Amino acid sequence: MDASRRGFLTIAGLSLVGAAGGSTLIAAIGEPGTAVESLPAEPPGGGRRLAMVIDLRKFGHDGELVERCIRACHRAHNVPDFGADRKNEIKWIWAEDFESTFRDEEFRYLRRDLQGKPTLLLCNHCDNPPCTRVCPTKATWRRPADGIVMMDWHRCIGCRYCIVACPYGSRSFNWTDPRPHLESPQADFPTRTRGVVEKCTFCEELLARGGQPACVEACADDEIVFGDLNDPGSKVRRLLAEHLAIRRQPGLGTRPEVYYIVEDPRTLAETAPAAVVPGAAENDHV
Amino acid sequence: MHDAAKIVGGLVLFAAVMTSPFWYNALTAAPAAVPALDPPPNGSKECVEPRAYMRANHMDLLNEWRDLVVRTGQRDYVSTTNGRAFDMSLSRTCLDCHSNKAEFCDRCHTFLAVNPPCWDCHVEPKEAP
Amino acid sequence: MFEKALSGGRRYWAWMVSLLVVIGVGAACWYWQLSEGLTITGLSRDVVWGFYIAQFTFLVGVAASAVMVVLPYYLHDYRAFGKITILGELLAIAAVIMCMLFIFVDMGMPARILNIFLHPTPSSMMFWDAVALGGYLLLNIVISRVTLGAERRGDPPPAWITPVIVLSIPWAISIHTVTAFLYAGLAARPFWLTAIMAPRFLASAFASGPALLILLALVVRRVSDFDPGRQAIRALATIVTYAMVANVFFVAVELYTALYSGIPEHVSHFAYLFMGLDGEATLAPWMWASAVLAVVALVLLLNPGSRSSETSLVVACVAVFASLWIDKGLGMVVAGFVPSPLGRVVHYSPTAPELAIGLGIWAAGLLVVTGLFKIALEVRGHLRRP
Repeated sequence: MDASRRGFLTIAGLSLVGAAGGSTLIAAIGEPGTAVESLPAEPPGGGRRLAMVIDLRKFGHDGELVERCIRACHRAHNVPDFGADRKNEIKWIWAEDFESTFRDEEFRYLRRDLQGKPTLLLCNHCDNPPCTRVCPTKATWRRPADGIVMMDWHRCIGCRYCIVACPYGSRSFNWTDPRPHLESPQADFPTRTRGVVEKCTFCEELLARGGQPACVEACADDEIVFGDLNDPGSKVRRLLAEHLAIRRQPGLGTRPEVYYIVEDPRTLAETAPAAVVPGAAENDHV
Repeated sequence: MHDAAKIVGGLVLFAAVMTSPFWYNALTAAPAAVPALDPPPNGSKECVEPRAYMRANHMDLLNEWRDLVVRTGQRDYVSTTNGRAFDMSLSRTCLDCHSNKAEFCDRCHTFLAVNPPCWDCHVEPKEAP
Repeated sequence: MFEKALSGGRRYWAWMVSLLVVIGVGAACWYWQLSEGLTITGLSRDVVWGFYIAQFTFLVGVAASAVMVVLPYYLHDYRAFGKITILGELLAIAAVIMCMLFIFVDMGMPARILNIFLHPTPSSMMFWDAVALGGYLLLNIVISRVTLGAERRGDPPPAWITPVIVLSIPWAISIHTVTAFLYAGLAARPFWLTAIMAPRFLASAFASGPALLILLALVVRRVSDFDPGRQAIRALATIVTYAMVANVFFVAVELYTALYSGIPEHVSHFAYLFMGLDGEATLAPWMWASAVLAVVALVLLLNPGSRSSETSLVVACVAVFASLWIDKGLGMVVAGFVPSPLGRVVHYSPTAPELAIGLGIWAAGLLVVTGLFKIALEVRGHLRRP
């Protein structure tokens, strides 16, 4: 039996499994109240729109949690550490202060609790991604089943057009061999080779095994919430319905799917203890 | 054609020189010793497909797995031989049994002078102590 | 016909061998880049395209400019270009080869370059650029081979070549338009997000390409008894003048839109180019030099007296070429990345190996041009053995 026929049988078998998974999901969406909190273990069935909500109310100014998320992601995906070498730097998720993250807002007289707050940045897994449009080899594409913007490191020719097209700086290029810059590579995730582009994949390999993205797992208290926007009962939808959330540069038409909850003024007094407000905390830190 | 003799002679000489290694081997060398490959250290007796098929087609199967997993998000492979399901993963499935990469993959690849780039990215299993 | 490039005098071989040496140095550096990765260039996470892609962009213009001799000669039967048209076509061949080499050395995974054709992606301008450049190379090889071959036999060119030549005219426009679209359609890069980029590319191409052709024709006249004819040079000078005026006008239009609107993300790139940002002003002296050269060129070209004097025309052509090379071959690409979308100002300048690879490709282009010009001139009997 030749390889392509074998492949056809596999696909046929799997689409049955996929269809079954999809219909359970659709049934779940149909009934309000039956929230799908954890993601199903089946391969992506259809009609999901995975998104991330970063609840900035719950992040402190010390950057401790932010660092924990970055470490978890970079360890899980064998992202090399180039230290202070910005030229060769590779990052899937990283931190900038709030003002730089939302640079186009040109915040002035910003609320004190947001000033200089370390904010996580990662691939936005746009609904209308400019990076996939420009790729000359289909080495990066948006998965229609769940909206993840994927990469095929076997196919990438390293032209870096996707990096040029991304307005968010989410993509990195392997200018040199990453292996010497990895302490001990995880065996169950590949490293990359010099000459290809890489970025966050919403941990699709963990999702496929029923898990959650590594940065979400690194959180203790729903500081980052991940889920399906097409499910009206999902936690991400509830959060977005109840709070003011903003996205990076939505005016470019890319439809980014990473949301940032900025403190809701009505609940600010309850959720933001004085200690996290830099003005009030100055005395503690000298 | 000018210098027909020189041109044809040159072509014949070129062909003879270029193919000389084949002639040399065909006439002198003993048949090459086919390397013996070590079985999986974990005692597994059955691969995802029959041995003969795997020996001839593992590279195609791996390419197919690669595309299915990366490009279509499908991860389960159902063996046509015994109906068992496997995770289409080089490191988690293949190397789970064939953890002796040096005595299995490398030995044959070295013999055939092929250099698949798999290990540029995929992490080699730690050799058992 | 090709054997004519393989025989020549001592000066010819000295020139070819010295080009081969430069190519060899470039190839060695490329081999180094292949084993170490593109980390040996000055490129970084923020400035991901630089010298290579900028040279590519500039040279697409040189390639497209062949249309400025082909169109008058074949469509308008402008006889004065009879001798020089073939040189324009051959220059286009060399320029496209250089373009392809510059793209090739910029790839992180050059061994996979055929993926562009194995997995064709019509939504990607890079795919269309590859198609357009490949087609243009093929067209010019076929056209010059057939017309020269007919000339050698003393026959008129076969009738079927005429539609091919006519096709090459819009094709030339298309290669530079698609190259402009490579940049101009990206929401992430406001510096390039301008509808006038394609027209501006074409204007600068039709100035720099014919300026180079004038210089090459004058060089050829010195080393052989080939004479392009005063009328041809004069007509080319007029083309350079109009195109340079159009180019400067387009740049002014662009500056007006960015500066008068005052939108920071549009202004900041021009500020980086001409003034520097956050103390990073590597390109500013170059850009001012480009502006001064453009003014010098325009003064010399617009004045009929200096335009028809050969000496000042040579100065003007060198000024046009240098000015546009700086603008397109250095500033245009890099300024798109600085400041970055996150507002970061990053230094970029090509490293020594990067420059050596680039120089090697320029030498390869010169080698091809020399060889092809020699073939054409011998076929026409302009080169006699000493």
